[in-house]
Amino acid sequence: MNKLDDSAALPPTASRDIKTIVNAGLKRRHAAERRFRGYGLTAISLGLAFVVLMFANIIGKGYPAFWQTYIQVPVTFDPTVIDPDGRRDPKALENADYAALVRAGLRGLFPQVEGRRELRSLYGLISNNAPLTLRAQVLADPTLIGASQEIWLLASATVDTLIKGNIDRTLDESLRPVKDNELGWIDQLHASGKIQRKFNTILFSNGDSREPEQAGIRGALMGSFYTLLITLLLSFPIGVATAVYLEEFAPKNRWTDLIEVNINNLAAVPSIVFGLLGLAVFINFFGLPRSAPLVGGLVLSLMTLPVIIIAGRAALTSVPPSIREAALGMGASKLQMVGHHVLPLAMPGMLTGSIIGMARALGESAPLLMIGMVAFIVDVPRGITDPATVLPVQIYLWADLPERAFVERTSAAIMVLLGFMVLMNGLAIVLRKRFERRW
Amino acid sequence: MNTMTIEARVPLDGALNPNAREVPLSSTQITDYDHRQTVGKITVDNPKMLCREVNVYYSEKHALRQVSLDIGANEVIAFIGPSGCGKSTFLRCLNRMNDTIASCRITGQIQLDGDNIYDKNIDVVQLRARVGMVFQKPNPFPKSIYENVAYGPRIHGMVNGKAELDELVQASLERAGLIKEVEKRMDEPGTSLSGGQQQRLCIARAIAVNPEVILMDEPCSALDPIATAKIEELIDELRENYTLVIVTHSMQQAARVSQRTAYFHLGDLIEIGETDQIFTNPKHKLTEDYITGRFG
Repeated sequence: MNKLDDSAALPPTASRDIKTIVNAGLKRRHAAERRFRGYGLTAISLGLAFVVLMFANIIGKGYPAFWQTYIQVPVTFDPTVIDPDGRRDPKALENADYAALVRAGLRGLFPQVEGRRELRSLYGLISNNAPLTLRAQVLADPTLIGASQEIWLLASATVDTLIKGNIDRTLDESLRPVKDNELGWIDQLHASGKIQRKFNTILFSNGDSREPEQAGIRGALMGSFYTLLITLLLSFPIGVATAVYLEEFAPKNRWTDLIEVNINNLAAVPSIVFGLLGLAVFINFFGLPRSAPLVGGLVLSLMTLPVIIIAGRAALTSVPPSIREAALGMGASKLQMVGHHVLPLAMPGMLTGSIIGMARALGESAPLLMIGMVAFIVDVPRGITDPATVLPVQIYLWADLPERAFVERTSAAIMVLLGFMVLMNGLAIVLRKRFERRW
Repeated sequence: MNTMTIEARVPLDGALNPNAREVPLSSTQITDYDHRQTVGKITVDNPKMLCREVNVYYSEKHALRQVSLDIGANEVIAFIGPSGCGKSTFLRCLNRMNDTIASCRITGQIQLDGDNIYDKNIDVVQLRARVGMVFQKPNPFPKSIYENVAYGPRIHGMVNGKAELDELVQASLERAGLIKEVEKRMDEPGTSLSGGQQQRLCIARAIAVNPEVILMDEPCSALDPIATAKIEELIDELRENYTLVIVTHSMQQAARVSQRTAYFHLGDLIEIGETDQIFTNPKHKLTEDYITGRFG
């Protein structure tokens, strides 16, 4: 009875009142929701627009770099120039004057050209690595000697730039990098089909060069590869082991708290500080070689470790305790529990964290400047102690150069770098999906 | 009001002389609540496990107070009581699962076949192989059904060769009454089974290492009545070869499967006795209140 009395005590108008009260505020609430959705949509479309703009810009600028201009030159492998002794001695073949063959070929194309200056300009149409190309062909096949062949030789960067339409022909001759006579030869060659654009394999097979048409990213790519290899080999096992120890084995006390705080802080330390540390410790104290991927990898490991440890610990805590109890209840030792059950379940999260950490290391340039990986290095590194540079540093170096041909190569290198980033992040997603298990 | 004094505490040496302990009881009901008293006969003739004055502390909280009781060989003993009464805590002391909780401190003595399991030279790995456990929520490993059962024998190195292991897995699944249902899907993940099947898989996993005691922490609380009935049937069969300790919220379940029942209340062991006696003629007021549904 009492309870019934209580409900009767409620004011009889309450139910009607609540309706009007709610209705009054409803419009305002819906408006707030619509506004918030509007903000979100605007932010996303703005972000997407900028991403599209950035990619359009980079691809538009970088795409031409994947094509390179070649000039077809009739070359006569004159035995009197290459091998005057007629003994086919490899040493003699190596040191022969192949530049003379190129010059002769060009003179053959334009017999009317005379005078030192004019001829110099004519020879300048072809990149200065043409003799090396010819030498390689002769050394590979000595029967060429005495024959005549039409050979596609790499054009100089100026010709390439002109063919790609990046030089304004209407400019006054004195302001133009291509003079009128050169313009005439190039047009003549173009008209007769002796100028062609081919896929730029040099970009992927050569190291850096002062001549833009001979510059490639292979040196930087290999440098990045070795550096990341060192980083992965060091930071992944150490990071995972640290995460497992801190999360599963370490006692929870003041010391482990201190370590935890420090690891979290390390993740936020500016990367250039790690570079200074590497310079002071690895190079100056331990005497490791400068500019080497070994030191670069060590420095990037220091930078990546906190990221992997934090991701690893988060992955470990997300493993349900029931699995741990099941394993311990079966009589598994703690290490067996971790090794057989917890770690496999935490692996997707750990891998994702590690790959994202590695992707960050791949894009890092500041700490590597400190340890000398910013040097101009032509040779492709063949080991972890060879001097090398890495992709982002190569981009930084090329971005500084004034030649038009380096501008497009800078963008091309950025495209390659971004490609690897996307690849690594894709790999992270694939690995996570593959190793993900339900419990 | 304290109507009578009961000396129910058993000194450690009393364990050696089980016949000496018979708690005196009057015909009048005991109405007061004094945690130092346990009503009923705590000892049995052939104890498998023997617990004396067990205290458990979580940091400063005194979670279990002076619990003494025997667990007989090949019996099913049920622990009942309201939530937070310490019955699960006590169960987890029996295979030292509480070791994983850093703030947990345990005093007193628990013996398995006469050896103190909290002794320094006792390895928990060996103890847990002898005292298996089944948890409240079915927790098969996210591996195949076969691997779930094979895990224990494998880590303890109990078998030589694949054929022997196959045989052991088959036998364990058969004992757990699961073999017919999983025979053709041994490679499927254990988590693909239904809840009741998963729990029987966990039981198969536990008996694969041939333990002496099996602890069950509310094994049916997440299951429907049909799956529960199957597990209860299984518990009854397992009694032939194992000693079982089961924590349960369901008094009907305790009545159905156990021979002895212990009633816990707020960290105290209030009453222990034959299951029939506990449910038909409880000696302690709290026990009576609980089993008649007045609280809990």
